[in-house]
Amino acid sequence: MSIWETIIFSLIKILIIVHVMLITVSYLVYFERKISAWAQNRLGPNRVGWKGLLQPFADVLKLLLKEDIVPNQANKPIHTLAPLLALFVAFTTYAVIPFGPDLKIFGYTIPLVVADINVGILYVLALTSLGVYAITFAGWSSGSKYSLLGGIRSSAQMISYEISMGFSIGGVLLLSQSLRPEAIVASQSGWMWNAILQPIGFITFLVSAFAETNRLPFDLPEAEPELVGGFHTEYSSMKFAGFFLAEYANMIIASALIVTLYLGGWQFPYLETFGLPYGWYVAISVLTFLFKEALLLFFFIWVRWSLPRFRYDQLMNLGWKVMFPLSLLNIVWVAGLIMIFKI
Amino acid sequence: MLEQYIPVFLVIGFAIIFAGATVFSSEIFGPKRPTAEKLSTYESGMKPIGTTNERISVKYYLVAMFFIIFDLEVIFVYPWAVQFKKMFSDIGMPVFYSMLVFLIVLELGYLYAYKKGGFKWD
Repeated sequence: MSIWETIIFSLIKILIIVHVMLITVSYLVYFERKISAWAQNRLGPNRVGWKGLLQPFADVLKLLLKEDIVPNQANKPIHTLAPLLALFVAFTTYAVIPFGPDLKIFGYTIPLVVADINVGILYVLALTSLGVYAITFAGWSSGSKYSLLGGIRSSAQMISYEISMGFSIGGVLLLSQSLRPEAIVASQSGWMWNAILQPIGFITFLVSAFAETNRLPFDLPEAEPELVGGFHTEYSSMKFAGFFLAEYANMIIASALIVTLYLGGWQFPYLETFGLPYGWYVAISVLTFLFKEALLLFFFIWVRWSLPRFRYDQLMNLGWKVMFPLSLLNIVWVAGLIMIFKI
Repeated sequence: MLEQYIPVFLVIGFAIIFAGATVFSSEIFGPKRPTAEKLSTYESGMKPIGTTNERISVKYYLVAMFFIIFDLEVIFVYPWAVQFKKMFSDIGMPVFYSMLVFLIVLELGYLYAYKKGGFKWD
């Protein structure tokens, strides 16, 4: 493919993925409210549109027409930079996540991933580390005590769980022999899912992903009863919406990563042996990816409305005294699997 | 080789434009009616006491230091992990033992920090 074709196909893929993500985010918020209502025996949003289905659009419109308040105590440049950074991180990570096999159309072979690069996993890790800055900047620059406490707690939490996250990925790399997400998916053909081969690594990664996305039971940065809104107490209007959007987009990215690394990616087990036409094979693979993703997103919401919040010391104990040794153990476990069973 | 990275730069450019448009759109559409009360720091309706330019507990720096120490080791594990299968069929057990020694040394450092009370939070 020439450079121009690469650029055009990439732009088309980027536009499609960003739109799918934005629509998913808005309806994720809607479903979160509906599921929470269902969990608490309420009705949930049901006024705007049929069954409240237009609620997300009403919310966005309302936030768009609100005043953008920057408090006097705030450091204005950094106060503005923080939501920019949060959104930037949330909308760049999807680039390396494969969501289907190569699409063959009009004589072109288009890989269903925006950027098929060798350092895919390092790219993801680098960007998630950058995400810590967004929250720390927001907390520090607001000039409010709630924000500061939320920001500091959050940075401590996120860097603590990043270590077990990194070591858990080590176990995946042992089996895939590559940092390319495509190769990681290919190494999990059939039922050789990493979640089945290395359950410890799967659990440590899942827990770390919850902590990295600041979801309950790890949502200390914005623990409402003690810190009001946490790091985004002093944000209003679209800057607040930016953080909100980034949080839900991160949830989508985290589930996509879990699917790619541990649940076989876009692969439907043994689909290639069914002898389907290639077009159907691609369609079913993409649908499989979306289905796994949807299940994980439901799991994220389900956990949020089922578990209480951790205390700060419990959270740090779990991160350093349980998750860290377990993720090291996982590496030895996977190496042992390779040596004994030659997989 | 560098062609692979064209989409990454496109994604980054797109994300910058998108983030900028989102954050600055309220400056265009939202009203601008600042008052002294509105611009003061939120402290649950009370008059704000002091500023936030105070010292932060040293414990947080300790967490940052542990992070730097242990997160660097992740990068040492990755090249070994990627090459493990191939090198194991070539050389055999020494590939595993060398990493085990590394992990044990790492674990010793971790136990030392544990014993010294580095992981006590309150």
